[in-house]
Amino acid sequence: MIKFSKRQLKTPKMQRPVYLVTGGMSKFGRSIPEKRTEELVIDAFVEAAEFIDKSPAELKEYIHSCYYGHFADHFGDQLLGESVIHDRLGLDPLGNVGIKTGGATGGSTLWEAFKAVASGYSDCVLAMGWERMDEVPTDEGNNYIASAADKDWETPLGHIYTGYYAVMAQKYWQVFGKEEDSFRQTMAEIAVKNRGYARMNPHAQGPMDITVDDVINSPVVAYPLRALDCCLMSVGAACAILCDEKTANELTDNPLEIHVAAGSHTLRVADRRDMEIPLLPNESPDQYKDLGNRFPGGDRYPGFTGFLAARMAAYYGYRMAGVIDPVEDFDLVELHDAFTISDIQTYEDIGIRPYGEGRTYVESGDCYLTNPKTGEPGKLPANLSGGLIGNMHAVGATGIMQAIEIGQHIWGRWAEMHEDQSKWDLFGRTKPDDWTNLQVDGAKRGLAISHAGVGSHVTATILVHPDHQLERNES
Amino acid sequence: MSTNDRGTVKVENGRYRFEGKFHYGYPNDPIRNEDGELMGVTNPRDLTHVHMYGGEAPFFEGLGQGKLLGTRCDNSNCEANGSIFIPFRIHCPDCLSKNTIVDMTETAQKGATVHTFMITERTGAFNTLPKPIRFVNVEFEGVPTILMGYLSVGEPKIGMKVIPIFNTTNPTFTILDLSWVPEETNETELPEGYTFG
Ligand SMILES: [Zn+2]
Repeated sequence: MIKFSKRQLKTPKMQRPVYLVTGGMSKFGRSIPEKRTEELVIDAFVEAAEFIDKSPAELKEYIHSCYYGHFADHFGDQLLGESVIHDRLGLDPLGNVGIKTGGATGGSTLWEAFKAVASGYSDCVLAMGWERMDEVPTDEGNNYIASAADKDWETPLGHIYTGYYAVMAQKYWQVFGKEEDSFRQTMAEIAVKNRGYARMNPHAQGPMDITVDDVINSPVVAYPLRALDCCLMSVGAACAILCDEKTANELTDNPLEIHVAAGSHTLRVADRRDMEIPLLPNESPDQYKDLGNRFPGGDRYPGFTGFLAARMAAYYGYRMAGVIDPVEDFDLVELHDAFTISDIQTYEDIGIRPYGEGRTYVESGDCYLTNPKTGEPGKLPANLSGGLIGNMHAVGATGIMQAIEIGQHIWGRWAEMHEDQSKWDLFGRTKPDDWTNLQVDGAKRGLAISHAGVGSHVTATILVHPDHQLERNES
Repeated sequence: MSTNDRGTVKVENGRYRFEGKFHYGYPNDPIRNEDGELMGVTNPRDLTHVHMYGGEAPFFEGLGQGKLLGTRCDNSNCEANGSIFIPFRIHCPDCLSKNTIVDMTETAQKGATVHTFMITERTGAFNTLPKPIRFVNVEFEGVPTILMGYLSVGEPKIGMKVIPIFNTTNPTFTILDLSWVPEETNETELPEGYTFG
């Protein structure tokens, strides 16, 4: 049993509030051979400047330090790639630092940027993330990704990262999914939903108009995961500008308060030790007493089925923002849907549903913009961007993309950023005839979860309209 | 260019002694699009990394000798006192004191259990395992952690009893020297070079 000290569980308390002012993204694609990474980064930065009616040069004048998320140096065969980007953005001599936490790199980049402003070091910072995994053959790429597992204990086993995750999917599928066809169907619904939402997003790499049967009949990658259960591998960039209150109000009329928290867990799943479930504000100590009876084999926490890092990111983040019940307190979420089944696991880790009941978030229709069961607005729409399955997973950019997407909903500017024909033309993509505005009406608060691999790092980014803050318990 | 004369490394007097050739460069090629326009170049090369096992060396040596070694925290002031770690941890993750090496071969031979598994046809470059790979994550009596490995005989199932086998004939000195088979497997069914230890 692992126990945590009170000090370790303290709610993070920042020196001053931090605001998201603007953000931008490049096009996302499986490969973008016509552009260097530096060009994609500039595309994202220019979009962020234009979003608040500034020229890139005007926006740069505000920036005081820079946080660069880029995970896979070895793909680009360029160490200090951050320095290349920093120079091409013309941001020397400002201090800058690279951030790497696997799939959570984008979220961790926001985390560092957030702390830099909260501490008073900087009044305005750039958080920029990108990834480029297209410049090696696929099997070499698989080996490179697998080198994010333990090089002595895991990587030699097939040099295939999906395999190290898939054993966890198998366990969840058998214990909590009980290998039921209905659970398989629920997994597939997530893939259909996210690819469908991606159709409305000109940035998105993987839009598809498909059915549950298409997912269930797609090729097996590692049973029960099929090709259409898995996220994309992408090239692209995304950035966000974070400021203190005064600077934020100089740059825009409409900054959003941002909170970012992080958790971690062992790199090797093999090293996980059992513990009591750390409880979120909407859970009670006795509600999991019979978990092992209801789900035989499911009494080991976190075992191979829970992501402790996600639980801890929510644990800290919810308390920082005053969130009690994520379904009530958020208007939308962007989750790290690396695989349909890990999406379901995450619903439980972050308290959208209790452990064991993640599937009901999908089955109730709550996760849709419009609940297909009732025709009413969904209680907590998820991954309207298309997520990692439909939009992109350009690792260092992903967590930042999620935050920008949520911001655009709270700003009420989602349609503006996704509808414009000129953007579809610029990215060489065809806007569907049935393009639909996915704006969440009256969105005030949202959550983004950024997650690494088998759960080594997870961040929770919470965005709040300043007029709609939640009451915080300052104990 | 051939890699037949590839280099070897020894440690002598606390220093690495490299002998032979360790890296091979090749000429690059231009990359062009359909219209013949230059898009980029290839950067081909072969290279070898050198990597020390440090305090984990006994574990990897042990596999080739048919032994599965774990470690135990013996610090009586530590909450994890008595915990046995497989994967082998040099230091206790709680108190950071140096763990004691314990031979877990017999425990594993008495029957470890498959906690979960996965079968995959996909592999990355440099994979040497036959496909499909049957990953198994194995729990042991009295060990709080769950070790990842691969099954060499039969089809995996959650809850199935397995026993370890070792590449004792021609060890690679990597984690691949440890594999698992169902409890009742015959020695004749084992992959070439592997024994029960
Ligand atoms: Zn100890």
